[in-house]
Amino acid sequence: MNNFQYSRASDVADAIRLLAADPGAKLIAGGTNLIDLMKENVERPSRLIDISRLPLRDIEETADGGLRIGALVPNSDLAYHPLIEQRYPLLASAILAGASAQLRNMASVGGNLMQRTRCAYFYDTTTPCNKRSPGTGCSARDGLNRNHAILGTSTSCIATNPSDMSVALAALGALVHIAGRTGERTVALTDFHRLPDDKPHLDTNLGSGEIITAIELPPQGFARNYSYLKIRDRLSYAFALVSVAAAIELEGNAISEARLALGGVAHKPWRSPEAEAALRGQAATPDHFGRAADLLLQGATARSHNGFKIELARRAVVRALIQATNATPQSQAHKKIA
Amino acid sequence: MNAYVGTPTSRVDGRAKVTGAAKYAGEFTAEGLVHGFVVEATIPRGRIVRLDTGEALKVAGVLDVLTHTNRPSLADKDEAWKDEVAPEGSPFRPLYDDLIRFNGQPIALVVAEEWETAKFAATLVRIDYEQDGFATDLEAERGSAREMDKPHEPRGDAKAALAAAPLRHEADYLIPTEHHNPMELYATTTVWESDGKLTVYDKTQGVQNVQKFLCGVFDKKPEEIRVLSPYVGGAFGSGLRPQYQVVLATLAALALKRSVRVVLTRQQMYGLGYRPMTIEHVALGARPDGTLDAVSHEAIAVTSRYEDFSRNDTGWAEQLYKSPNSHFSHKLVDLDVSTPCDMRAPGAATGVLALECAMDELAVALKLDPIELRLKCYSDRDQSEDLPYTSKQLRECYARGAEAFGWARRAPAPRSMRDGKELIGWGMATGVWEALQMPVAVRIVLTANGHAEVSCAASDIGTGTYTIVAQVAADALGLPIENISVRLADSTLPQAPVEGGSWMAASSAHAVLGAAEDIRQELARLAKAMPGSPLANLDAADVTLVDGMIASDGKDGAAVSIADVMRHSKLERIEKEKLNQFTEDKSHARNTHSAVFAEVKVDEELGVIRVTRVVSAVAAGRILNTKTGRSQIMGSVVWGIGMALHEETMMDHRFGRIMNANIAEYHIPVNADIHDIDVIFVDEPDSRINRMGIKGLGEIGIVGVPAAIANAVYHATGKRIRRFPITLDKLLD
Amino acid sequence: MADIADQTPERIPINLVVNGAGRTLEVAPWTTLLDALRDRLELTGTKKGCDHGQCGACTVLVDGRRVNSCLTLAVMKDGAEITTVEGLAKDGTLHPLQQAFIDHDAFQCGYCTPGQICSAAGLLAEGRARDADEIRELMSGNLCRCGAYPNIVAAIEQAMSRS
Repeated sequence: MNNFQYSRASDVADAIRLLAADPGAKLIAGGTNLIDLMKENVERPSRLIDISRLPLRDIEETADGGLRIGALVPNSDLAYHPLIEQRYPLLASAILAGASAQLRNMASVGGNLMQRTRCAYFYDTTTPCNKRSPGTGCSARDGLNRNHAILGTSTSCIATNPSDMSVALAALGALVHIAGRTGERTVALTDFHRLPDDKPHLDTNLGSGEIITAIELPPQGFARNYSYLKIRDRLSYAFALVSVAAAIELEGNAISEARLALGGVAHKPWRSPEAEAALRGQAATPDHFGRAADLLLQGATARSHNGFKIELARRAVVRALIQATNATPQSQAHKKIA
Repeated sequence: MNAYVGTPTSRVDGRAKVTGAAKYAGEFTAEGLVHGFVVEATIPRGRIVRLDTGEALKVAGVLDVLTHTNRPSLADKDEAWKDEVAPEGSPFRPLYDDLIRFNGQPIALVVAEEWETAKFAATLVRIDYEQDGFATDLEAERGSAREMDKPHEPRGDAKAALAAAPLRHEADYLIPTEHHNPMELYATTTVWESDGKLTVYDKTQGVQNVQKFLCGVFDKKPEEIRVLSPYVGGAFGSGLRPQYQVVLATLAALALKRSVRVVLTRQQMYGLGYRPMTIEHVALGARPDGTLDAVSHEAIAVTSRYEDFSRNDTGWAEQLYKSPNSHFSHKLVDLDVSTPCDMRAPGAATGVLALECAMDELAVALKLDPIELRLKCYSDRDQSEDLPYTSKQLRECYARGAEAFGWARRAPAPRSMRDGKELIGWGMATGVWEALQMPVAVRIVLTANGHAEVSCAASDIGTGTYTIVAQVAADALGLPIENISVRLADSTLPQAPVEGGSWMAASSAHAVLGAAEDIRQELARLAKAMPGSPLANLDAADVTLVDGMIASDGKDGAAVSIADVMRHSKLERIEKEKLNQFTEDKSHARNTHSAVFAEVKVDEELGVIRVTRVVSAVAAGRILNTKTGRSQIMGSVVWGIGMALHEETMMDHRFGRIMNANIAEYHIPVNADIHDIDVIFVDEPDSRINRMGIKGLGEIGIVGVPAAIANAVYHATGKRIRRFPITLDKLLD
Repeated sequence: MADIADQTPERIPINLVVNGAGRTLEVAPWTTLLDALRDRLELTGTKKGCDHGQCGACTVLVDGRRVNSCLTLAVMKDGAEITTVEGLAKDGTLHPLQQAFIDHDAFQCGYCTPGQICSAAGLLAEGRARDADEIRELMSGNLCRCGAYPNIVAAIEQAMSRS
């Protein structure tokens, strides 16, 4: 770890001021990803601004019936919050599918959105990586890329976003509240993370002097028909090969509203308006689910080792939609996949 | 008296381990202790042309940066670097010269007042290399494999018999590189004592091995270096040979005349030993009734360019099943990597995996039940030497294991059992390992207060040596186990080899027995000499130590208390040290065996595999402690599950660099991966192998497990995966 | 980076309540809670198994919640209450989890054990595990290379049933 300065922010404005004063500074809350990357010398901040004591830990109902979640709410508190369990169980399930109980106790909601990729070349400072060292090349394209992206890739980068929580938030249409020197703004979660294009060093659209203050969930929680299905190399405590957040509203056997998001397959949680539109108004049948999966995976391309993800994702989408339809969401503790 | 031996006695070191009191190598401290951090090579082969430590030395708190250019003297001759389990070749010497032999090779040690400072300064050491061409890919270099010495002459003409066999199965099984990944990081604390002597706390499976090695490397007298490893946080073979950090910590202590601790990072641990990637080629020729005509097994494994590491992968096929014709060969491919080393059941874990998958494939081809095929080929004699076994209850393992598992209810056809969306697979395999025993010495000090201290240089690497030594001593001395204290893993204690190969239980138990025997003789002699002794007319052979008494074996009930005898003899303590040597007996083969049964449930569409049940029936002679013994087998089953489904060290051959050198992406099983594991110890009396009939349990538990799981996956899915681990992508098509 | 490379890191005074006792120490920002416990306070019961939040050996309770101390900067925990494995036994009587781990032989080498026990203490406090599958899932952040998992689950079930 490099030598760095430490400051404790007294409030959000102070954090923003401190960020502005030191271009090499980074915010730290739970630290679960940042400290890891600092120990690997991937992140070398000149200063850490400790925001962990800021009053951003409330979960409040919004005027329109949604929820506003403070950026510093720990992942576990969010997953086990009664309002989340009752109204947004998809989000609770996705959070509990990620990391370990200890890490979920530490990690903040805002920090989870800032998680960086697990690409091995990004982590290994001796190998070329456009995300870590822009312009050096992408080692994963022709290297060990079994865990890498199949959608939205670029010639510069095929890394994936490792978050489970973000996949559910994308499906739920969450908003991200951001504060900066010029005031506050709100972006849709689906616009918060970026595709790599030719700037893979940028994971998100958060500005350099900005801070996430809250996540907002719209009222529609899909509490009845949902499932978060995560497929990985061991049954717990592993990053997703593919994960699916599926949420539907049913009127009889017809789908009135549908949300699908994929994790582990792209540089951001992957949604497709076409795939969701194709489900609306249709009967909840495996055939229709398959067609939606095909649309969601349209344009998927594989490198040497990750081709299996395309078929795996297709099957996982169908299965997650069946689970959602049957109101038998995937349990994160009981590993049999219904 | 067997108050303790054979019972489920709780670990005597349990309290120390659950309270955090147990101290491991990197946890000892000393006045003025400083910290070393290793700088590793980032290329697999070449030469250091420039090594600039200037920036690192400028960091406040940095005391020195040791490199091959400024280090204290190290031995030049290979012999000095050869430890007691070194393979043929020229051992690696850290910081010796400018040559890079493998990626991750240590090339500098930054020493600082604080660990964090050393770690940071290590990032500032600048190295320029002249890189040479290199090769790290076994499959690409398979053509350059060279034959090792043949372990045994072939039987008959396997080639002709295979060609003529009515049924033949032949395939490559590929087992990837695996790393031990014990939970404790490789660590050494070398304490610079006031008289210039060194006390070295090291993560090792053999303190005397390390002590001799350090004396050779640093040209020291035996009394100048003492090595201890009272607790070892798992090793599994990784601590058999001295790890390079013990050299570096000691080198730095000598350079700075201070106490130095060096702890490797998890990533750096991947630069040391590992289970080498191996291509196992197995060919079986059989008659329609299931009898074998020919067995051929060729193993092609990785080694480094500087040492020839090889293990017995093929001998198991040679020994286990009846076949008139057989052929075996072991080949090595030299690559630009560090030397592999032993890892739990070395050779057998891999070789038997291939053999037992091949037997399963043959059973399918023959339409025979897998157990029936194995019984058809069953041999009561070791086929390789044509020798009887001291004992072999493998037949009973098959029977007991099958019964406990419910094997009779298995529908033979693949894909014929299911539970909703999951396919159910039942597979089985045989396990085999050697029952080895080594010379070990033990010292027992019996004090007049009825306590005994038992000491030996052997290590307890989690295997339970502390506990079984206490059990055997308590029974032999007739004392409650609470009155026994055990000291282990100090190089100044009586002789012991490295703890490995499953030999320590039998070896240490008999050494305890020997020393206790001498104590008994001494007490009997003293007791007889007491005026009016009720034992006056008895021979030493006719008394037993029990409940603090020296008691007649006869029905007369004659006895005197040990305390009285010692008081009368004006003795505060009786000390006996005994080296136990086993008599060599080449007339019998000595092995442990097992039958492993596994149930998997595989999601038909998604390929997700769950190992829901494993039954392991083990025949391993007398089980000293059914509680810790069961744990050892259970833990080995977990290893087998990892080997079958999870574990793989992945190298990018463009860089010659391991890309998952961590324990997030090098997957080992987590709690959620493990369900019911049923361990059955099959009764296996063995009066020939050694006095107590002990065979050892450390390795046998893993052997056969990965094959049983692979065979279960085949039974579930109809897909035969021969490239391990069986990850779910291999089941999607 | 270069401009502060040769500077001594600043030392920041912090107060911790460790196993019930107030401790004051000065730490550099880069010192983790794990290293502060092991190297500064000589509480080596808390183990370093990976230093990257991948194994759980460093698990301690901070203000009653289980966390990975290797990914926690000590300076950020100024004022916190820390419980380590050394603080679980009371007056020489083992914590029910410690006793259960011995009873069920829930360890071999013992290196992951303090983390397992602290994690299990956190698990019991959370009250989210109701059956063996839930224990397995919620204990999956604690690797055990000796493979004691079934015994760990049995030990936790014993402690749960008696609490």
